[in-house]
Amino acid sequence: MNARAFLVRGLLAGLIAGLAAFLVANVVGEPHVESAIALEEAGAATASDGHSHSHDEADAAGAEDEVFEVSRTNQSTWGLLTGSLAIGVALGGLVSLVAAGTLGRLGRLLPGQSTALVALIGFVAVALVPFLKYPATPPAVGSGDTIGDRTALYFGFLLLSVAAAALATYAACRLRTRIGTFGGVVLGAAAYLVVVVVAALVFAPVNELGDFPADTLWSFRLSSVLTLATLWGVLGVALTGLVIRLYAQESAVAQRRELAASL
Amino acid sequence: MSHSVAAPVTGAPALPTVELRELAPWALFFGLLGSLVIFFISADQGAVSIPAGTAIHEWVHDARHLMGYPCH
Repeated sequence: MNARAFLVRGLLAGLIAGLAAFLVANVVGEPHVESAIALEEAGAATASDGHSHSHDEADAAGAEDEVFEVSRTNQSTWGLLTGSLAIGVALGGLVSLVAAGTLGRLGRLLPGQSTALVALIGFVAVALVPFLKYPATPPAVGSGDTIGDRTALYFGFLLLSVAAAALATYAACRLRTRIGTFGGVVLGAAAYLVVVVVAALVFAPVNELGDFPADTLWSFRLSSVLTLATLWGVLGVALTGLVIRLYAQESAVAQRRELAASL
Repeated sequence: MSHSVAAPVTGAPALPTVELRELAPWALFFGLLGSLVIFFISADQGAVSIPAGTAIHEWVHDARHLMGYPCH
């Protein structure tokens, strides 16, 4: 088992996960994206709040015209597919290399078990916890003027969450040799929770919802969580399956070699 | 997870590991490449624009919203 073998399997698992995430996002999420854009356009037509969804205010001759550089059909199909696949493959590669690094180093966990644990911790630290602090917003929510601040806050919180999860996992592995697995895991998880809760209290809040309808917001955010859960869930399951297969193959080869040597 | 303490049981097969020295170049190279891909999909032409324009932003617009990245 080497880094290359893990990376290849991670990229493949990521591709499958990206495809699954696209299907969920397209089927479950897109209807809510469409209704949010419909609300935005209705609002822009009457109130003219200056936020054109197409982001090309500068060269817009008729400012009220919603001229998309990319058609809605393309955004919701090929564009969404591009984004899902790219994020899936990139995450798959990164997760597989972390799984390679933790191989045989997370207590006595077998390769498949440690890989599954890495994917689970990854979902919590990269997707779930940042979502709880800065939940996804539908189109029509979020001003172009604050995108710099919102991006910095989101990725700052994300990096802090990932760093805390990595350190907490390392601490749990060190602690378990002294106080046992149960104590080590509980203390590690508690340390992670304390760090992200304090960070969530310290980081500036983002609330630009205005009078956006609550039912559309809820449905959109639910579909967003489902998309992220699909991405990470399929990635974790596929990569774990591939790693278990690889470990079984290499074990079989090693056993045969041992047998041949003993003859 | 069910094992209480890591007792080196005699006869238990050694767990495979990947040498960190072997992993480092892969982690460095793909870490950079993967981060770059995630940047272009999740944040480019929002807060920071390389290259200038809105084409990438518009193309992956729905993925940004549905995957929880800040967008507008």
